[in-house]
Amino acid sequence: MRLKRIAAIMAAGMLCAPLAQAQIEIQWWHSMGGQLGEALNELANKFNAEQKDYRIVTSYKGSYPESMTAAIAAFRAGQAPHLLQVFEVGTATMMAAKGAVKPVYQLMKEQGEPFDPKAYLPTVTGYYSDAQGNMLSLPFNSSTALFYIDRNKFKQAGLKPEPPRTWKELIAAAEKMKAAGQNCVYTTGWPSWVHVENFSAWHNLPIGTKQNGMAGLDTQFTINSPAHVKHVEMLADMAKRGLFTYAGRTNQADSRFASGECAMATISAGALGNIIKTGKTDWQISVLPYHDDVKGAPQNSVIGGASLWVMSGRKPEEYKGVAKFMSFLSRPEVQMDWHVKTGYVPITLAAFELTKKSGFYDKNPGRDMAVRQLTNKAPTENSKGLRFGNFVQGRTVIEEELEAAFAGRKTAKAALDDAVKRGNEILRQFEAANK
Amino acid sequence: MEKRVVFRSAWLPYALVAPQIAITLVFFFWPAAQALWYSFQLQDAFGLKTQFVGLQNFVTLFKDENYLASFRVTAVFSVLVAVIGLAAALVLALMADRVVRGAMGYKTLLIWPYAVAPAVAGVLYAFLFAPSIGIVTYALRRWFGIEWNWLLDGEQAMLLVVMAAVWNHVSYNFVFFLAGLQAIPRSLIEAAAIDGAGPARRFWTVVFPLLSPTTFFLLVINVVYAFFGTFGLIDATTQGGPGQDTQILVYKVYHDGVKAADLGGSSAQSVILMLIVIALTVAQFRFIERRVQY
Repeated sequence: MRLKRIAAIMAAGMLCAPLAQAQIEIQWWHSMGGQLGEALNELANKFNAEQKDYRIVTSYKGSYPESMTAAIAAFRAGQAPHLLQVFEVGTATMMAAKGAVKPVYQLMKEQGEPFDPKAYLPTVTGYYSDAQGNMLSLPFNSSTALFYIDRNKFKQAGLKPEPPRTWKELIAAAEKMKAAGQNCVYTTGWPSWVHVENFSAWHNLPIGTKQNGMAGLDTQFTINSPAHVKHVEMLADMAKRGLFTYAGRTNQADSRFASGECAMATISAGALGNIIKTGKTDWQISVLPYHDDVKGAPQNSVIGGASLWVMSGRKPEEYKGVAKFMSFLSRPEVQMDWHVKTGYVPITLAAFELTKKSGFYDKNPGRDMAVRQLTNKAPTENSKGLRFGNFVQGRTVIEEELEAAFAGRKTAKAALDDAVKRGNEILRQFEAANK
Repeated sequence: MEKRVVFRSAWLPYALVAPQIAITLVFFFWPAAQALWYSFQLQDAFGLKTQFVGLQNFVTLFKDENYLASFRVTAVFSVLVAVIGLAAALVLALMADRVVRGAMGYKTLLIWPYAVAPAVAGVLYAFLFAPSIGIVTYALRRWFGIEWNWLLDGEQAMLLVVMAAVWNHVSYNFVFFLAGLQAIPRSLIEAAAIDGAGPARRFWTVVFPLLSPTTFFLLVINVVYAFFGTFGLIDATTQGGPGQDTQILVYKVYHDGVKAADLGGSSAQSVILMLIVIALTVAQFRFIERRVQY
């Protein structure tokens, strides 16, 4: 009882404070630490400075899963923030939570803010739209997996410093470098994202039925197809021969490439800032390698990163501010600023054109590689994105099975079969919980 | 002679224990009851749709062979942590007990690691033993020719988390063992020495039996620590990998509940974990305590 009274007094105190300035505060919970967090705060400050009615208040809530958990807990207690940054694997969970979120297309329509989904990159729009093509969240920081090489290592092995285009070429180069005494030849970050999700899109192969889960919750994984098995077999074989060094499930490979330890890496476009800052490599970025015996490859890659979700249950005048802020974030010059500072992809075509015109790509070759890879071809059902319920767990399962294959404890076929079986159980559970 | 203090007031004793009871109710019984309640439900992450599913969460778990494998991992981990942790602490305590000069310094240094949070200990070990940049990794490769890569080698990963967990908890054990050793009357040891018993014999026939209450207490505490207190450490190092080789039960609870927002499944796992620890503690009290001499 007493606790409640104290809480009530404190709440009253907090309510009184902003009355004086009559500005409407908009809470934005995010997961951008370090340099990225600074860039994000600059965006909020810029918006706050150019108008008087609203104030964006940013709070760093820890890693992606942590801020999502915090927002879920806050929602359950009726205290959800207005804006929440959610990573791409949480998309299905947010989409299924009708009643907890306010779809962005609906918000923009209600508030009369201009909003055209066609202005955004199709691979980005596809990832965050429902089956009818309505954008449910606003893409914010989008990346994709890219292929990095260290030209010095190629020269040391007597190779031409050119990025291999196919996996065959990559293996041939890897063998030469290994023979020349290079210890770590090739490594990868985010094994599931790079070698299952992006691999599938890049080769126009389905990750799951029902348009990779976008057309319904009754989807099933299809990542044990012969092409998938062949790819994982190849990686396991490379691992055995010392041509592939496993670095871990998240971004550990970034620093192993940046430090000059590994000669080649498939890691996020967002790793570039760190690589430049470390300055120990003669890096070159290229598109992901592909298998030239798969028909239609290379297609286009899928995004990673996060989008902004609007939480429900707030006042209309507050939503007005949220809508205005979203329009602000989609402006080409704001997008370009974010893209140049962070390495994330510019999410609108206009921002990409603006960056091109500014001469940034001429001065910084390779920085347009992510957009070029994402828009390589018009996305198909297999390559426009993916949507699997509880994919936080699903990805862990895939990663566990990949590790078993890389360590040689299971064959590639057995590992992927198990990943499909275990992954499907998670999908069924999600389907049952969201009937 | 009766040593008990009897309260005259009827309500004062209750008032004095009330805070303790309140804390236990709020921070233990209430969450435990909630976990039990959630374990019978299927719920989406935001709590918008809730279905009562009876024992289905449990059935799903026990049909999952990976969950069952996690029991074996937990057993191996707990036994290693408890046995190595107790043995190392006992050896350290015996030595610290014999030191004459600078005893205070040694003791302080040995107690220090306990001030380090498990997650921090995990990060520390993850750095020292990092597959590419770790100092220890480098030393192992340079001087012993050992390829150290716990990212793919399950046994090395287990070794790493056991070492970190033991290191983190050895101080706690050390303090209790040291106190236990200092409570043993000198006269008993001297008498045994006069009777011609060597140091090893004195230890096994006099010191160790007299330490048995302490050892028993620490065994219970260490098992509970290995079961519950180590998920931060695992999250900071192996995150349950490679594969599921270091995925102990409590880490899976944390991963599924906190990271993946699967409340029903995670609660069912907590309930199972709770039952296991209750059963283990009861077993320890019934079977091992009999051999303890107070």
